[in-house]
Amino acid sequence: MSFLQLEKISKSYGDLQVVRDLDLSVEQGEFVSLLGPSGCGKTTTLQMIAGFADVTRGRVILDGRDITYAKPNSRGLGIVFQSYALFPHMTVRDNVDFGLLMRKVDKAERAERVAEALALVKLDKHGDRYPRELSGGQRQRVALARALVIRPPVLLLDEPLSNLDAKLREDMQYELRSIQRKTGTTTIMVTHDQSEALSISDRIVVMQDGRATQVDQPYRMYEHPRSEFISNFVGKSNLLRGAVSRVGVEAEIRCGALALLVEGAGLRVGDAVQVSLRPEKLVPVSLGQGKLDATVTSRYFLGSQWMYEMDTPVGALTVLTPNDGNVPHDDGARVGLDWAAGVLRVLPVAAVAADAPVAPVPQGA
Amino acid sequence: MAAGTSPTRPPAAPIARSGPPPRLDGLPAILGSIPLTLLFLTLVVTPLGLTVVLSFSPFDYNKGVLPGHTLAHYAMVFSDPYFLGIFWRTFWIAGVTTLICVLIGAPEAYILSRMRKPWRSIFLLVVLSPLLVSLVVRAFGWSMLLGPAGPLGKAAQALGLGSLLYTPTAIIIGLVHVMLPFMVIPVWTSLQKLDPAVEQAAYSLNASRLQTLLRVVLPQTAPGILSGSLIVFGLSASSFAIPALLGGRRLKMVATIVYDEFLTELNWPLGAAIAILLLVANVIIMMAYNRVIERSYRRSLG
Repeated sequence: MSFLQLEKISKSYGDLQVVRDLDLSVEQGEFVSLLGPSGCGKTTTLQMIAGFADVTRGRVILDGRDITYAKPNSRGLGIVFQSYALFPHMTVRDNVDFGLLMRKVDKAERAERVAEALALVKLDKHGDRYPRELSGGQRQRVALARALVIRPPVLLLDEPLSNLDAKLREDMQYELRSIQRKTGTTTIMVTHDQSEALSISDRIVVMQDGRATQVDQPYRMYEHPRSEFISNFVGKSNLLRGAVSRVGVEAEIRCGALALLVEGAGLRVGDAVQVSLRPEKLVPVSLGQGKLDATVTSRYFLGSQWMYEMDTPVGALTVLTPNDGNVPHDDGARVGLDWAAGVLRVLPVAAVAADAPVAPVPQGA
Repeated sequence: MAAGTSPTRPPAAPIARSGPPPRLDGLPAILGSIPLTLLFLTLVVTPLGLTVVLSFSPFDYNKGVLPGHTLAHYAMVFSDPYFLGIFWRTFWIAGVTTLICVLIGAPEAYILSRMRKPWRSIFLLVVLSPLLVSLVVRAFGWSMLLGPAGPLGKAAQALGLGSLLYTPTAIIIGLVHVMLPFMVIPVWTSLQKLDPAVEQAAYSLNASRLQTLLRVVLPQTAPGILSGSLIVFGLSASSFAIPALLGGRRLKMVATIVYDEFLTELNWPLGAAIAILLLVANVIIMMAYNRVIERSYRRSLG
């Protein structure tokens, strides 16, 4: 039995189903991210674990104890809120101390644990400041220290980094991971930022429309997306539409003039499929040397990489190449495109069909 | 009032601002402020100045106001236990009124802020409704309720509390009713600025509902309570209609004695001196209160 278990939990507001039959097992010490666009139900799921939203159906089991209907203040979970929700009228030290005070921990131990928690987030010199005297990143650390000082069985992070600017967000995300490793706290993070989820999670749960559509390790999620939505949401992707023309150990898929060889398992002749090709797996070569000929339509410099938009017989493709110091291709240049065998991913037909009617989810709200 | 005006938390996300509004400097600013300055000078400063001058003028019951200067009226107020008693009564009544307004108004504002959509505006209107009725009408209403023939008056008699009307209790009841909206509105405003996640954070840290309320919500509404207290205290201490109608002829407060000096005794300089003393005492008490309370919140809540 895993440490934290969600058994078919659902949440509805009247007719609106926000979370549908979500199953998830989290092992002790694991870092799991709930990833999805806004409105996918990830925050509601977190709120149900925290106890701030009632579970309509299903069970939440923590370490063998059914906490589905337990009050939030009896669950003992550590929560970091998106707005940090620090107590503005208390100093940093009192903020961190609050949870221990409420648990009636004795004074000497409290002082020790608060100092320890502040040292963990490198704020030991800021104990006497008030939250409004701190920067965004420092507030974030206070929120983390406050949640961790009570030694919670599970740490819940609600978009913890979304209020920080880009550079700080990147630094904080690695620090978050190293703190989590150090304390060994089982952690569930809600995020809409795929790069954040990919870089620091042990496992990612992609949520879409209230359902968990794929639960996998970051690397597997990236390499084997199960649907068009996931392949586009987790990283960038080129999608080629085609039909299966030959099956066997290796199947052949025809996309216009192009024949692609992929693993044959589970495919039938005549199936309409999509093939996902990651931009960084495409390699520009001399004209005529590759599997496709392409024309550069625009290029973007990303520092460590070049990103090209290329026009090909099978449609526009995005190509990412490392910046190796050589002169990049100019707009209008004609190049060949090649890729290694085995980098093509066929999106299962069922998943494509199931996702087809789903309207694009609005972003940014 | 500085309390409760600056944000208690940072904006949730960096918001692109379209720049500060253009500043008005030099001539346009001076020209623009002329109308209000004139209004202020004629309607506030001039009468106040005349009252100050009047308070130093000698007075004789046979000859009226005389030319010259004297401190006799101030000396009289300070040496006469009758006047000192009235000042003392005024300030303790205002203080008790403020305290009761805090005790009723703060929870009222909290409950109001927790209400759902249609009810919140409906009840806010109910809370503010006393302001829509004339003060004199409300005072008469209370005098009927509290009088010997009124239901509250009879109840008090039956309980052996004696007559209610024309007692400090009657004045306090009337004042609380009138002043409550002035407490509810600032507290409500400061509750609006409260991040709801802050309460959730307290719950997640094992705090009970009561602990959350007392240790997390209440301290953050302190600036609102402070503003409300200052308004209620100031208005109560200088109120006239409620003490005049519910205090009767014998139970005087400062505003009613000023009225008496001006219109019954015709001793205008003494009335002016009492009025100035009320103003000064009020300002001193409010500033001291503001200093003491605000200092403890300036760093945290700004």
